[in-house]
Amino acid sequence: MTAPLGKDLVGLEDLSADQIRLILDTAEPFKEVSERPIKKVPALRGKTIVNLFFEASTRTRISFEFAEKRLSADTVNVAASGSSVQKGETLVDTARNLEAMRIDMVVIRHPSSGAAEFLGNRIRSNVINAGDGKHEHPTQGLLDLLTIRDKLGKIDGIKVCLVGDVLHSRVARSNIWGLLKLGAEVGVCGPDTLLPRGIEELGVCRFRRIEEAIEWADVLNVLRLQLERMEMGFIPSVREYYRVFGVTAERLEKTMRPITIMHPGPMNRGVEIDSRVADGPHSVILDQVTNGVAVRMAVLYLLAGGRPELADAAKRSGGPE
Amino acid sequence: MRPLVLRGGRVIDPSRGFDQAADVLIQDGKIAAVGAGLGAPDGAEVRDVRGHVVAPGLVDVHVHLREPGNEDVETIASGARAAAAGGFTTVCAMPNTDPVTDNQAAVGFIVRQSVRAGLARVHPIGAISVGQKGERLSEFGEMVGAGAVAVSDDGRPVVSSHLMRTALEYARTFEIPVADHCEEPTLAAGGVMHEGLVATRLGLKGMPAAAEEIMVGRDVLLAGLTGGHVHLCHVSTRGSVALIRNAKDQGVRVTAEVTPHHLTLTERDCERYDTHAKMNPPLREAADVAALRAALKEGVIDCIASDHAPHAYDAKEAAFDDAPFGIVGLETAFAVAYTELVAGGVLGLPELVHRMSTAPAAAFRLPGGTLKPGAAADVVVLDITGRWTVDPAAFFSKSRNTPFAGRALTGRAALTIVDGKVVHQAGAPGGS
Repeated sequence: MTAPLGKDLVGLEDLSADQIRLILDTAEPFKEVSERPIKKVPALRGKTIVNLFFEASTRTRISFEFAEKRLSADTVNVAASGSSVQKGETLVDTARNLEAMRIDMVVIRHPSSGAAEFLGNRIRSNVINAGDGKHEHPTQGLLDLLTIRDKLGKIDGIKVCLVGDVLHSRVARSNIWGLLKLGAEVGVCGPDTLLPRGIEELGVCRFRRIEEAIEWADVLNVLRLQLERMEMGFIPSVREYYRVFGVTAERLEKTMRPITIMHPGPMNRGVEIDSRVADGPHSVILDQVTNGVAVRMAVLYLLAGGRPELADAAKRSGGPE
Repeated sequence: MRPLVLRGGRVIDPSRGFDQAADVLIQDGKIAAVGAGLGAPDGAEVRDVRGHVVAPGLVDVHVHLREPGNEDVETIASGARAAAAGGFTTVCAMPNTDPVTDNQAAVGFIVRQSVRAGLARVHPIGAISVGQKGERLSEFGEMVGAGAVAVSDDGRPVVSSHLMRTALEYARTFEIPVADHCEEPTLAAGGVMHEGLVATRLGLKGMPAAAEEIMVGRDVLLAGLTGGHVHLCHVSTRGSVALIRNAKDQGVRVTAEVTPHHLTLTERDCERYDTHAKMNPPLREAADVAALRAALKEGVIDCIASDHAPHAYDAKEAAFDDAPFGIVGLETAFAVAYTELVAGGVLGLPELVHRMSTAPAAAFRLPGGTLKPGAAADVVVLDITGRWTVDPAAFFSKSRNTPFAGRALTGRAALTIVDGKVVHQAGAPGGS
């Protein structure tokens, strides 16, 4: 049968609205698996999955690993340090060696934009992008969509503003594509040094002041400010960044409307986000993490050829058809 | 050597404004006569070239032949063979070899390798600075004495304005151009493609057009200050075109080149992370392509140069960030330009021949670019009707890195003649 998502998940730019909805809908029944005492279904029994991480990651790697294990797949983790990658093996050689071991899927994180697509074009196994450079982080985008849908009941017509370092953010790009395809309005807010050229042409609006963004948005997705950006001269100081762009309780209190607060993690408390906001009643930051496992289970299941309408049944018995 | 008569072709010689059906008689390595109904001397070889175009051999003032240092991807001989296959009778080799061509011995080596190959002529370009380090001037005089025709630190921009100024001043003694790769390094740092919407979408670091234009502006100002001749390599932006036009209007001694790929491709060719579209300067926007075409027609940009940049067959087989810049171009330059510009209605064929032969020869004060009787017989016979498909496996170059693979193109060299000797014949053994 033809896989409903194609062979690989490289980015949300390549998916249709229907395909994105399919993933979100498929994630729903998988949420429940993680709530059981025995958190395991046999959907991917016998499948071999390699988690190939060329960049440090805690949350995403663990989330993928839980998703794989809860679907009964056999998994191997490969980190760049200590592997042949560190000895100068090229990405194409890594790909060929993995292929030679007859694996079924690769989850790849890589510092170079396009690395997941590069790998997907060269091996028969399914490839899932777990973040490639500044390009996309599609499963993060999907879990953000699922979290917004859970919290607000819909995505269509919701106003979501991405705050902070959009320039270097793969999470931002996946969010922009996913949200626009599902009918949300998208804004970006930050200093112009951290907003990429031509961003408005993607169909998003730009806010140069956080107060305007807060006034406009239903949801703020606060991006991590990588502290090395300051050394590279994009912002003068963390202190000033927090004073001008920080998402603080005082700023949120000025608006009458409740604003849902998201953050892809890991957070720099007191840099891009106030602790009182991160821990506050409108924060869904930990719901994002919970949804991450379900969304990744859905992606793995669909790419492996699982039929969406059987996701429910798959929880009980049998594997992908 | 037997005399050779090219019988019945359309002879285009931009150096004399000549464009009509005629015969060309080549004798003793020189153009002996051009005219209708020329008699064939005793023992002459007569080739019927009716339906083809006979033109001065093409001249490329910007190629990288990788010898010495990287002979597995190209040598002077393989590059000169590729040039001949592309209709080029003269190419100028950039000095970013290993070691750098920054002294008379290194320049002499390239001249000797070129003579030994006996194919297209390869003229060395010497480095502006010792080791291309951007610090001290190389010995221009010694290098010119050994055969250098220009100086350049191409591959690297000349960062120091003081060095650029002294190079322009010092080069005046030897009447050679100073060719610059215009790139303001702090703006372009880490960039892998044009800074614009496509780079934003792909998540790749961009190089803004301003990084090139700042240096174009600086270079023409310094050329104006010094009276030296600056040659601007591979101009890629509409802003650069405006600066060059303005400088030329003011009488500054500036010449400029543009590549076939900057005339025909855009940032959009980087989609799907196609590393064959990764070059420096990067492919720009459609408005830049339009401005470059107009500038070439107008003469604001003097000539087309390939920036032939061979790389190992697997070097482009990498993530976009990790792939090297550059593509090979000698064997596709004419066909790409002919198909897109002449068949595309931008330039007349005589204009294209001018921009690929007479004008670059004039810019670098090289012999060639003419079919004037008495000139060395550097001639190309162009088949402008044959349609062919680019197959990198059939290249004479040792490298295959081209974004034009699989493209159906019109026009190619049927016969390339250097010093009266046939150095390439389409369909000949070893050919494609």
